[in-house]
Amino acid sequence: MRKFIALLAGLIFGLGMVVSDMINPARVLGFLDLFGGAWDPTLGFVMGGAVLVMAVAWLLADTRQTPIYGGDMPGAASSIIDRKLIGGAAIFGLGWGLVGLCPGPALAGLLIGGTPVLIFIAAMISGMALLKMVSRG
Amino acid sequence: MNFDLTTAMFGLAGGILIGLSAALLLLANGRIAGISGITGSLVALKLPAAWTESLLFLSGLVAAPAIYALIISPPAIIITTSVPLLIAGGVLVGIGSRLGSGCTSGHGVCGVSRLSKRSILATLTFMAVAIAVVTVSRHLIAA
Repeated sequence: MRKFIALLAGLIFGLGMVVSDMINPARVLGFLDLFGGAWDPTLGFVMGGAVLVMAVAWLLADTRQTPIYGGDMPGAASSIIDRKLIGGAAIFGLGWGLVGLCPGPALAGLLIGGTPVLIFIAAMISGMALLKMVSRG
Repeated sequence: MNFDLTTAMFGLAGGILIGLSAALLLLANGRIAGISGITGSLVALKLPAAWTESLLFLSGLVAAPAIYALIISPPAIIITTSVPLLIAGGVLVGIGSRLGSGCTSGHGVCGVSRLSKRSILATLTFMAVAIAVVTVSRHLIAA
């Protein structure tokens, strides 16, 4: 059942990417172009909708000891603010602003986004692998 | 501002779907729908215990837009970024999301919605930097 839920959740997530048009980097860049005179607020509506639903889910999660299909609930959120968090977020923002793609929309476009999306995903996975190698020492 | 009510409502509906997906994964499986975290966990020599679940989640994420394209219509995916910048952007997104332990979904949706200080700060940081990058590249360098 857990595997079915994982697949179903992935399908719904992917559908959300298309319906919201976040799969289109031009739409995302329209939001990030805050000072260009033609600001596109769509991403704000997407984040708002997603955060509202998830806020309810966290309240429901607090009433449960364990998830419905076994395993453990995620622990309390860490409160450590360090250079890794802020530096990582800044590096992420730099890449996001250059292209308008982040991991979710990039993977959503894997089969239908053509060569640019494939190049971006290959580079993204290389970046993840690179960091893993470096941090192992 | 370029406001279109229909686009905004589709944005809200899509956002609700993303929230429902993350809610389902949390309440049913106890997992956080952070795409960079799930992807990063599979970029390893030794796969994590629940790797099949992670792979199935990502398969759904990849498949749904393709199915949508076949049945309804292919969504526009407009990318004008040059190849060197695409590669740079991808590498930076890969490194940054793992170093900062999250991306738009993990911090922006799952973390912000539980009022995690870390996630709120990370989200403000990557939003501010990305807005700065677009402002500089579109209006200062291009101008």
